[in-house]
Amino acid sequence: MSKYTEDDLREELKTKEYEYGFYTDIESDTFPNGLNEDIVRAISKKKEEPEWMTQWRLEAFRVWESMIEPEWANVNYKKPDFQGISYYSAPNSKPKYDSLDEVDPELLATFAKLGISIDEQKKLANVAMDVVVDSVSVATTFKKTLGEKGIIFMSISEAIKEHPELVKKYLGTVVPQKDNFYAALNSAVFSDGSFCYIPKGVRCPMELSTYFRINQAGTGQFERTLVIADEGSYVSYLEGCTAPSRDENQLHAAVVELIALDDAEIKYSTVQNWYPGNAEGKGGVFNFVTKRGLCEKNAKISWTQVETGSAVTWKYPSCVLKGDNSVGEFYSIAVTNNYQQADTGTKMIHLGKNTKSTIISKGISAGKSQNSYRGLVQINSRADNARNFSQCDSLLMGNECGAHTFPYIEAKNKTAKIEHEATTSKIGEDQIFYCNQRGIDTEKAIALIVNGFSKEVLNKLPMEFAVEAQKLLEISLEGSVG
Amino acid sequence: MDLKEKLVSSFLALENTVDVDSYVHDVRSEAIKTFEEKGFPSKKEEDWKYTSLNSILKEDYSVFPKQENALEFKDVKKYFIHDIDSYKIIFIDGKYSSHLSQTTHDGIDVCLMSAALNKPKYQLIIENYFNKAAEKDSLSSLNTAFSSEGAYIHIPKNKVVEKPIQILHFSTGNEAATMLQPRNLIVVDENSHVQIIERHHSLTNNPVLTNSVTEIFCNKRAIVDYYKIQNDNKYASLIDNTFIKQKRESHASVHTFAFGGKLTRNNLNFYQEGERIDSTLKGVTIIGDKQHVDHNTLVHHIEPNCESHQDYKGIFDDNSTGVFNGKVVVNKEAQKTNAFQANNNILISDKASINTKPQLEIFADDVKCSHGCTIGQLDESAMFYMRSRGIPEKEAKALLMFAFSNNVLSSVKIPELKQRITKIIANKLGVNIGFDL
Repeated sequence: MSKYTEDDLREELKTKEYEYGFYTDIESDTFPNGLNEDIVRAISKKKEEPEWMTQWRLEAFRVWESMIEPEWANVNYKKPDFQGISYYSAPNSKPKYDSLDEVDPELLATFAKLGISIDEQKKLANVAMDVVVDSVSVATTFKKTLGEKGIIFMSISEAIKEHPELVKKYLGTVVPQKDNFYAALNSAVFSDGSFCYIPKGVRCPMELSTYFRINQAGTGQFERTLVIADEGSYVSYLEGCTAPSRDENQLHAAVVELIALDDAEIKYSTVQNWYPGNAEGKGGVFNFVTKRGLCEKNAKISWTQVETGSAVTWKYPSCVLKGDNSVGEFYSIAVTNNYQQADTGTKMIHLGKNTKSTIISKGISAGKSQNSYRGLVQINSRADNARNFSQCDSLLMGNECGAHTFPYIEAKNKTAKIEHEATTSKIGEDQIFYCNQRGIDTEKAIALIVNGFSKEVLNKLPMEFAVEAQKLLEISLEGSVG
Repeated sequence: MDLKEKLVSSFLALENTVDVDSYVHDVRSEAIKTFEEKGFPSKKEEDWKYTSLNSILKEDYSVFPKQENALEFKDVKKYFIHDIDSYKIIFIDGKYSSHLSQTTHDGIDVCLMSAALNKPKYQLIIENYFNKAAEKDSLSSLNTAFSSEGAYIHIPKNKVVEKPIQILHFSTGNEAATMLQPRNLIVVDENSHVQIIERHHSLTNNPVLTNSVTEIFCNKRAIVDYYKIQNDNKYASLIDNTFIKQKRESHASVHTFAFGGKLTRNNLNFYQEGERIDSTLKGVTIIGDKQHVDHNTLVHHIEPNCESHQDYKGIFDDNSTGVFNGKVVVNKEAQKTNAFQANNNILISDKASINTKPQLEIFADDVKCSHGCTIGQLDESAMFYMRSRGIPEKEAKALLMFAFSNNVLSSVKIPELKQRITKIIANKLGVNIGFDL
């Protein structure tokens, strides 16, 4: 090697500047691939966030850098390249298609099966549409009613600007930045999400859903949701949509934080139906979500989820039962088909006295999929008279899929009462025979049985959602009958 | 020098005393390499999440006991099931005690591992079976590396062994702290039947660490009943690794009665390599003080039409901790499997804790698998019923706890053993009542 000269140094500095000291044009809509402090700052600046928020993001980023991707879950996938992703792109306002005719007919067929109206179909398939009077007026009425009650429901970016005191007080209190790898990543780069605050003693008169918030129909890649129910209030929140969404983002790392103050109740329902990849297991969304709720005295948090999409799901909606007499519930249906993998469950952390939790998890695996339940029930030494009931049932269809249960139960209090049950079975031939005999063909019979199997959970969904979810189950398992 | 280094260098010393050109020694050398690589398990490993070995590994154990210690039968009589006739294989500080033992070569082989490893007439069996069931995890490998003594039992075809076999390990603790690594091999051929009782006991206040490996092979239609009594003093720790390979239509059951010891870890593994196999795993744990008992079970269903039953009961007092980690794996081919797993626990004290993780991993669709797990208290109305009829609180509690564990006790097939365990339970609960009313 030749001697290192001043010229070389100059040369090197030049390259260095080119490599690292790049200038981010915050006017541009898409950031270059990769993640570093400058990108985090740029995201924050782009969103016109105050300094404390930028610092909060940077803190998260620094923690994230030192963390390693978790590998304990029972899933196999090619790890995403975190430096190969662009962490910000403005929502594309330009419609993808000019009319419904250009949309993939397969997608339209599914819409038809789900019974989605033409207008909604257009919106979901990203088709240009005229202002749908109905939809807008509905949204406006909603806003008005909510406003009268003092309910704050807006995107989190707006909330950071308009209600910084609330965001500052609660953001990251349930899911801290350093909670886990994906939560840290989300904290650093989250693009948008929902913020909801229900004032003291108010019962939210309608189901809140991101879907009705204009301009917010599309979910971001790194979504952040914060729901605060003040003392004695009630809210039911819907997330997601039964319609299949063909999201091109491979990686989704969302964080949801729920805070139920004294005597409050939050009901959080999710239907997730992202692209699961094709029948050969190519493509599909990786869904790594951290969801957690905190219950103060006499509060109640209830999670309901129907998971049918995504190639890989890694999701554990949890409850921290901090206050005395608080209640946590978890109802879940996870359906996997083809090469899908799901590792999902819940954590119930009992800290307060007389706390109760219920876990009902139904796993349905078909094709070559792997479906795991992973849960933790922890009774701390001061949680007198804590009570837990867990039930995990798995249904296997075909002999190439797998069902797994990993329940962790930790009790440190002698007054704890914990029951855990799990079963694994297949659809009985006698059940199918019974249906066939009465003129119900096998495919219908299976749908019927699966519905019965999942009924305990479906019942917990809000009405309109439940009907759609039922159909969704049918569609997800289509063709899995041998 | 930490224990790992000490063990690795002790292996060189062992090589001076054994035949290094044998098949067994190749296995040993392989095993010490595995141990050197893996080291002792830490809490970071999923299987050891709830059990830390740190407190017992810090002692300065002597790996080879220096002198032979003799014991008088009358001093240790109480540790035997002495009111029935039985074969006995007794070890004192890891050394065979011919004086207390009663072995046989008459039709069946009930003798010593050291004999089996060295005599040519056993070579075929050793090559076919030795270390063929044991996992290659670090602790089993450590035992394999040092395997030289233990029980060797071979029951040929069509034999019903008319009396049970007792395997007892005593440690006299004349050394400061002792580490023992017994290695047992049990081969039961077609249609044979055998009952075995195993017990470890320390007679001293010096720390003892036993890292034991037992391999059991049940050939076609064989029946094996294995009972483990773990009622040691609070200075003794036991890591018990048992591996059972079952062939077609065989029945194997292991009952583990864990009543004491500082730290007890039971790794119990069943591999079902044939059709219509039945496996039973049952256990009662009653502990107090700062004791720690960890049951780690695995039932691997490999072929169709098999059954497995697991039933573990635990009662935890004082500062004790209990762990149950049960895993049932059903392979794709193992259709029509029927696997049942239950783990019930009672916490008596606020400082006691229980961690349980009953796991199912199922790859076949036509199966019936279930697990249940509960943590609860004694039924207050039942307590009230008894108290109102003049039964003192302590006795009433004891009766309820006994009833709680009776499911497991009722399947013990040796009446004298059952009586003995009942007595131990009464002692443990501090009452003076016979439960067999």
